[in-house]
Amino acid sequence: MNYASFLQLHDELSLLALIVILLIYDTFANEAKMRYFQPIAILLFSIHTLLNCVPRTSFEVAGGMYQYVPMLTYVKTILNVGTLIVFLQAHHWLNGASSIIRRGEFYFLTLSTLLGMYFMMSAGHFLLFFIGIETASIPMATLVAFNKSNHKSAEAGAKYILSAVFASGISLFGMSLIYGATGTLYFNDLATALTGGPLQLLAMVFFAVGLLFKISLVPFHLWTPDVYEGAPTNITSYLSVISKGSAVFVLFTILIKVFGSMVHEWQAVLYGIIVLSITVGNIFAIRQQNLKRFLAFSSISQAGYILLGVISGSAMGMSSLVYYVLVYGFSNLAAFGVIAIIENHSQKLNIKDYNGLYRTNPKLSVVMMFALFSLAGIPPFAGFFSKFFIFSAAIQQGFYVLVFIALVNTIISLYYYLLVVKAMFLTNSDDAIAPIRSDLALKVSLVICTAAILVIGLFSSIYNQINVFGFGM
Amino acid sequence: MQYTLLILILPLLSFVILGLVDSKWKAQVAGTLGTAILVTVTLLSYYTAWEYFSTANITGSYQRIIAFETEWVRFTDYLHINLGILLDPISVMMLVVISTVSLMVHIYSLGYMHGEKGFERYYAFLSLFTFSMLGLVVATNIFQMYIFWELVGASSYLLIGFYYTKPEAVAASKKAFIVTRFADLGFLIGILVLSYYTKTFDFGILTSGNASVFASTTGVTYMGISVMSWAMGLIFVGGAGKSAMFPLHIWLPDAMEGPTPVSALIHAATMVVAGVYLVARLFPVYYVYSPEVLHGVAYLGAITSLFAAIIACVQTDIKRVLAFSTISQIGFMMVGLGVSGMGGHHGLGYMASMFHLTTHAMFKALLFLGAGSIIHAVHSNEMSLMGGLRKHMPITHISFLIACLAIAGIPPFSGFFSKDEILAATFEFSPYLGAAMSFIAGLTAFYMFRLYYGIFWGVEHKHAHTPHESPLAMALPLIFLATVTVFAGFIPFGEFVTNDGAPYEIELNMLVAGISVGVALVFILLATILYRKESKIPTQLATTFAGLHAAASHRFYIDEVYLFITKKIVFNLVSTPIAWFDRHVIDATMDGFASITQRISVLIKGLQSGDVQNYAYIILMGALVIAGLVIYF
Repeated sequence: MNYASFLQLHDELSLLALIVILLIYDTFANEAKMRYFQPIAILLFSIHTLLNCVPRTSFEVAGGMYQYVPMLTYVKTILNVGTLIVFLQAHHWLNGASSIIRRGEFYFLTLSTLLGMYFMMSAGHFLLFFIGIETASIPMATLVAFNKSNHKSAEAGAKYILSAVFASGISLFGMSLIYGATGTLYFNDLATALTGGPLQLLAMVFFAVGLLFKISLVPFHLWTPDVYEGAPTNITSYLSVISKGSAVFVLFTILIKVFGSMVHEWQAVLYGIIVLSITVGNIFAIRQQNLKRFLAFSSISQAGYILLGVISGSAMGMSSLVYYVLVYGFSNLAAFGVIAIIENHSQKLNIKDYNGLYRTNPKLSVVMMFALFSLAGIPPFAGFFSKFFIFSAAIQQGFYVLVFIALVNTIISLYYYLLVVKAMFLTNSDDAIAPIRSDLALKVSLVICTAAILVIGLFSSIYNQINVFGFGM
Repeated sequence: MQYTLLILILPLLSFVILGLVDSKWKAQVAGTLGTAILVTVTLLSYYTAWEYFSTANITGSYQRIIAFETEWVRFTDYLHINLGILLDPISVMMLVVISTVSLMVHIYSLGYMHGEKGFERYYAFLSLFTFSMLGLVVATNIFQMYIFWELVGASSYLLIGFYYTKPEAVAASKKAFIVTRFADLGFLIGILVLSYYTKTFDFGILTSGNASVFASTTGVTYMGISVMSWAMGLIFVGGAGKSAMFPLHIWLPDAMEGPTPVSALIHAATMVVAGVYLVARLFPVYYVYSPEVLHGVAYLGAITSLFAAIIACVQTDIKRVLAFSTISQIGFMMVGLGVSGMGGHHGLGYMASMFHLTTHAMFKALLFLGAGSIIHAVHSNEMSLMGGLRKHMPITHISFLIACLAIAGIPPFSGFFSKDEILAATFEFSPYLGAAMSFIAGLTAFYMFRLYYGIFWGVEHKHAHTPHESPLAMALPLIFLATVTVFAGFIPFGEFVTNDGAPYEIELNMLVAGISVGVALVFILLATILYRKESKIPTQLATTFAGLHAAASHRFYIDEVYLFITKKIVFNLVSTPIAWFDRHVIDATMDGFASITQRISVLIKGLQSGDVQNYAYIILMGALVIAGLVIYF
């Protein structure tokens, strides 16, 4: 076996090196030196992001177990930037009294999940895929339970790990059925080996459950609101953007690459799941008072929209999906960033606590408004363009009714997004949240998100650039 | 000449900065910053003009230069929207005109708007407007022009409605926006039709004289009219809206509710000539492919000009007189374009129109700024509250007089030269039209001197405070513009701006000049007799021609016609049924969605129980049900 070819795994190796460095630093540095831990971690991670942002040509390692396509670089960069924003937003919270002792763990665990996602996305074999998805899941559960002394956080961690393990079990069962039916787990071989018999269909559905669970699609979404609510807010935003984004991408590639022969079947499955997710997510979102639960349901419905890119199964579907993840990521991170800072300062999380926020915190309110408008898909914010592209992709494949249902749902979603905007801007309140001075890291993160929301849609070159590699799928 | 990009970027930057700081800075700091940026923009424009006119004439005619261009949106290989900067004689000329007038207004406003609430906002809007207008004139393609065209409309809406607590100002800003936006619909359809057939937005390709571009339009007609006439006619509708051509002029007089310096900038020198500029920009297309539209432009210009001149004779609000005078003068420019031919002496009308645009911008800005100075002093727009001001406000008086002489067409002031060229071109096109325009020129002299005498002569009115001359910040622009007005006529304009780019030697047509000066003098004399001292003749005349006077005072009831059409016909016959449909069908459906959604959400909330065992059960059942469905269907 040619071990030198492992050196081609730039992304994973540099992330692994980063994790090891940070672990050593965290273990051996004294209290004085730990003051620089966060800036250094953020800096090193930025360097890692920059080093790995240039697409290379496609290659395979270990006989196709690890596969690289240029699109992966885009997706990984999007995830890296998203993670970076989460780090910036978590900076202040981690320096708080209860979590300062564990700040090193936070970086270590988060980056470990990211490494898992890297492997999961680059996998060309179900074994590597499974290792990846579990590497992403298990540290995630500890992150969810990060505030272990907090009852809700601990409960959320337990719920997450229990449901995740259960879903993984089903997924693993699906994979074993695949092996039983075909005798191989290599994606390259499976593409021809799978023919669409009943056993294989059962295998496909069971396998997909693991990913559908991670993307939190109906009916595998039930853990989402509880976990989102209980987890520390920064973890929630990581979970809703990074974890979800990577899983959607993998779902797309595996469905196309491996289960290409069953395209009609999985399209029918996704059809139902999309309708259910968008609708159920919306219907529950309307009722929520707690903003984290509210965004949990909103993200379930957003996941439904993202799947429109998967169901179209075309090159345009791929590019519009990546574009959607990019835009959704920035919008959601901006919204969670605002929620996190307000929660940190005032412990307030309900929509009605936001009454009159514009008077006391105009900048945060405007950022929040932009983020919600972008999530709702109002032009000229980026969210409009991402919805536009993903709808076009689905229309191109003839899913007219589906797109119509999705459009009706955008109207419903507009209603509940506007509820928050209304609370912030129109409703007056005597005990509005006091003015908050945010720290530099958070400011930077919000400026990046806002700029992205405003600018991404207007520069057509961004979409075009993604599109170039969409065809390479 | 990439530095021209700064001419656009700087005002935009100024808008962003001033808009963001809002009231956090001291008002004067914001004003000074805005003005300083505009000084830079103006100097850059002048430098651009100098460099362009000294280097672009290589082969005996001025070349068009694309100073900057980038592709913004690509629809197809041939149809894409670019953003760029096009330099050619008229765009360079407009850069100079716009930046000069805008600078004057910026300086003037430092005095005029002093102490107003929202001073920074005012300067932010001024910058936005300047940016939009500059972007409009340097557009390399018709779509970029349209984008900036709309930006101009939006920023003028903001400026007219600057005093947003005043209901009249709010109504006026809405009116201006709606009327011009309505006209822009025509513009947009025109653009789409034109680009559909020619497969390009680019001005360079459209006006290159390459007949193959228009090949697909030959023989295509719609409702008996050729498709090019439709396209160019519709595009002109947009121009007519912005340039306040009859019957779309109704917004301009009302727009006088905005601050007076804004009127000088937008409603005298820049935005209202956008329509003229549009026709000039597409002139080769009009001339070759839709000459009947071009002639229509000429006649519509003449009608508007006459119509507005008559109304101006009986208005009593000084800004309204100036507003109608502006409409009338833009009519002149349209006539000039409409009667023009292509190249050399045939292109006289085009050159004259652009010349008049320039000189008019200067003296009309001067008149408006002078009016602002007067309003500042007596706190009213009504002529009846003025009179005898010449003793109190010498600078305003002299500069105003210079501007009146210029607009009346008395040599050697600038208006004489430019208007005379338009008349000469018109006489060559049609003697009748020429005679009519000479008469309108006479009317111009009459109403301007009626205004002049009414303000500065006659009986002095009792004022709470004695009127006084304006501060230096306001007087300086007056002096500068007056100087320009005196000397601008001697610019050999034909050397720079012609429709084929080749320099052309202007000759004074002595016969036409004699007639027009004679007519102007007669009408000035008439105004002197009637209005210099208080006399009973005007009232007698008004009673003798009671019908005409009343009609003109009510601006020929055009506003009433609009109101009748909108309120009685459109509202009752179209809007009411649609509103009913909207409320009882569309809204009811939506309400139905909402209540169904609410009900479902109550029904299924039990699913979200919080029990993790339950969740696992549903995951398993979900997987089994889906698998079952997939396998058995």
